[in-house]
Order: sequence, then structure tokens, then C-alpha cells
Amino acid sequence: MSFSSIASMLEAAKSADKPLYTVVCEDDCQENNYTEEASHRQIQTLWEAMQQSSKQYCASDRSNSGFIGGDAEKLRLAAQAGALIGGTYLLRVIEEALKVAECNACMKRIVAAPTAGSCGVLPAVLLPLTEEKQLDTEVILQALYIAAGFGQITAIRANVAGAEGGCQAEIGTASAMAAAALTHCMGGTAEQCAHAFAMSLGNLLGLICDPVAGLVEIPCVKRNVVGAVNAVSAANMALAGITSHIPADEVIDTMGEVGDTLPASLRETGLGGLAATPTGKKITEQVLHHEQSL
Amino acid sequence: MRLFDILGPIMVGPSSSHTAGAVRIGLTARKLLGEAPVHADISLHGSFALTGHGHGTDCALIAGLLGMQPDDLRIPNSYALAEQEGLSFTFSTVQIRNAHPNTARLQLTGASGRTLDVVAESIGGGRIRVSSIDGIEANFSGEHNTLIVHNQDTPGHVAAVTSALMQRHVNIATMQLFRNAQGGYAVMILECDQPIPTDIEQWLSHIDGIQKITIFNQEDPS
Repeated sequence: MSFSSIASMLEAAKSADKPLYTVVCEDDCQENNYTEEASHRQIQTLWEAMQQSSKQYCASDRSNSGFIGGDAEKLRLAAQAGALIGGTYLLRVIEEALKVAECNACMKRIVAAPTAGSCGVLPAVLLPLTEEKQLDTEVILQALYIAAGFGQITAIRANVAGAEGGCQAEIGTASAMAAAALTHCMGGTAEQCAHAFAMSLGNLLGLICDPVAGLVEIPCVKRNVVGAVNAVSAANMALAGITSHIPADEVIDTMGEVGDTLPASLRETGLGGLAATPTGKKITEQVLHHEQSL
Repeated sequence: MRLFDILGPIMVGPSSSHTAGAVRIGLTARKLLGEAPVHADISLHGSFALTGHGHGTDCALIAGLLGMQPDDLRIPNSYALAEQEGLSFTFSTVQIRNAHPNTARLQLTGASGRTLDVVAESIGGGRIRVSSIDGIEANFSGEHNTLIVHNQDTPGHVAAVTSALMQRHVNIATMQLFRNAQGGYAVMILECDQPIPTDIEQWLSHIDGIQKITIFNQEDPS
């Protein structure tokens, strides 16, 4: 990507009088010698893979460690029974986030967005939207370009790896990308997408990466839910005309700086946070024992 | 930074570094060997050794050796497929000094008896770095169109390879030279902007002292 800031990406769209998604697509094609047709085919393939990553869910699947599986189904059944609060869309978002993240832990096929650990967030906000609204697939694909544009700038200015920046870099970035995508799908402007992105990322600053036994399971699966619901809140705020007082680029830089100051124990080493709790340690021992017996 | 690095890859979970990256390491090693491997001795270092099984790193490496891509749904069943396809393997744990936390060493034997010893690291997001080939230091990602030439360390080989690329209008993006000793065994790694025409392999193989040529071309877009 040739843009190094969200401000310059938005400015390029404005001065060329082109939609933001077109600018993101053209920039990527130019940088990497792709044709726009090839790029469109690939984004279409990604969207189909996201849909598939939810459809393949099987409630009886369990991860290798045995700790992950079946939760999305529990949520679906409870929602169906009318036992939960939050409205149809929000409950579906929670269910989809669990579904896709559980599929990832159970070695099914997913789309890393931006990482495998955070793969549930973007499909969680988009899939239920296509049920709720009569949306043209083209609008979803445009939203994916927008999400990717914001995500690339985050990767360039800060980073998107838990080992480098903590969970804020993975779930935080995924959530902010999803907020921008959702804002676009709901008819928001490029500026509103940027505000949704900034508010979403800003709300998850400081989130640590503390996987129990070092696996992409506990608490990663449930953090996908946090990222997805946070994206819905931020998109709603932006669509209502609420703005982020801190510009998106400054929020990204802050995320990078906060990541740098996080101790190593809170950056995907499995040595701090929930991984270091008495129960977390017990699970780690169980998993390691299981490893050695193989 | 490419758009489809941030949105993608499409992959079998759970970890882009421990699973998708491990498949790429296996696949890259298979391409470097230049044929289907029949035996593999695999050593895992660091986090690959500690949390590898929980992340499916072991079956991911085998899947790659069998020629699968990171999105292949057969990855969890690769052990059974290896047996069907006649690939035997061993796994062990190793401590490699100053190595990246996610490092694997693969010692391969191919169907024709050809051998290869490769060390590679999974550096995040499913991306990898090959850090050693046959004991000689290397540094390449497999993300670009790459030409790898193994040759005797004597004058003229670099000129022969670069002029062969020039004649085919292929631009060199990066170029690295490694050798085990002066006049010994050398490896040349050239990352190029355009796909490398396959006829270059036959052309170069006639040159005295050139021992092995490997071509990796990228699919568009990946």
C-alpha cells in the first residue's frame, strides 16, 4: 500500500472524486501488478470463504486440547428460546463470532482478518447483516476493501500481531476494520468509516494477549465476541454522527506505542494475564502432559 | 504490505504462524527438494516444539510436504495421507542457537534419492523465511518469484544467471549469494519482479558447475 496514513487515503479519494473502496483497490493493484479483475475475483473468493467458515460449524467439534467447541450452539439455542437480551442482530453477531472462532480452533478453514486468532470478528458483523438487510453483495465487497485499507495502514504504522502488540493489535484491529466495514454497509461516508474505526480501536487500547497454554483458544475465542460487539457499537455511534475526538491515525500510533510498552508476559508468551492464573496454569500442565504422551 | 496479506490468507486454523506458516514451510521444502519426499526427519524448536501439537504444527508440516496449500481441509488428516503416499517421517525437539521461536529443520530424502536439509522460520501472519539450505545460510520468503541456483563457487556463474534473466526481460528485485567455503558449494537466490520462464532451467543446467536449479513462481494474486 502506498498510503501511510488514513488522512492521506481519505484525501486521495476526495481529490480524485472516487469512492474510498475504489482508491484502496486501485492502489493495491498498482503496487502489486494485479489487474482489477484479478483483485475482484480474490475479494469475492474471500467473502465466499468467510460465509463458508460459518456454514461448516459443527457443534460437536472439539479443538485438539478439548477446551473449545459447542459454545456458539449454546448461544443459538438460548437465543431461540428467548432467554437472552440484545435484539436479533446483536445476538446473531455474538453467535457468529463464536462460531467462526471455534471453527478456527478446531482446524477448519477460515479467513485470517487480519489474523487467524481474530478471524471471527469481520464475518460476525457482516453475515447477520445480510440476513437483516437486503444488501447487494457488491456493497459487502466494497466494505471488505475498506476494511483492508484501514487494516493495512494499521499494520504499516503499528502492527497486527499479538506477539508484538498484544490482543489490541489483533482483536483491536479486527474490530476497527469491522466497524469501518459495517459503517460503509449502512450507508456511512468515508469520514464516518474513519470515525467508527478510530472509536472502535480506541475502545480496545491496552487489551493484552494472554493465551492459556499458548494456544489460540482461551481467551481468544471469546475475545472475538468482544471485538465484534465493540465494532457494532462504534459503527452505530459513527452513523449517528458521533465523531472520534482523536483522529484515526493518532489512535493507531497510540496502539503501537501501548504495544511497545506492554511487558513480554502480556504479548502472546502465555506467561501472564489469564494464562498465569492458577486455573490457567493447571490447564497448561494438562495440555503439556497431553503433548508429551503423544 | 499487500491487501491480501491483511485480509487473508484463507487457511485452516488455528494459528497463522503455527499452522498456515508450518504448511508453507513444508511446501517450500518440497519445492526446494524438487520432487516428492519419501522420508522426512523434522526437528522443532521453541514455540513450535512447545505448543506445536495443540496448533497442529506437526500435521501442517507434513501436509506441506505432501504438496498441500494452507487452506487444504485435509491438513488435520495429513498423517494418514502421508502413509498412503509413501512418506515416512520422524519428529524430534531441538534447541537451535539464536533461532526464531517458530523454527523447523527438515531433512528430506526424495524419491530419486536426492536429499535436502532446510531450516525455516514462521515469522507471523502465515509468512515464512528460509534461513538455511543444506547447511548454508539463506534468507528468502518464497513470496516473490524466486530463482535458486546451487553451484560450485567459481567465476562466471553469477554473470551467466543474470544475463539469462536479462535476455528473458526478467528484472531482479533482490539477489543474495551464500557459500560454505571459497571455491566450495554456493547458493544464489534471486527474487524477481516477473515470473521466471521455465526454459531457463534447461539453459542453465548445461553450464559447467551448476548443480541444481529451483524455480518458484507466484500465483496472481495470492
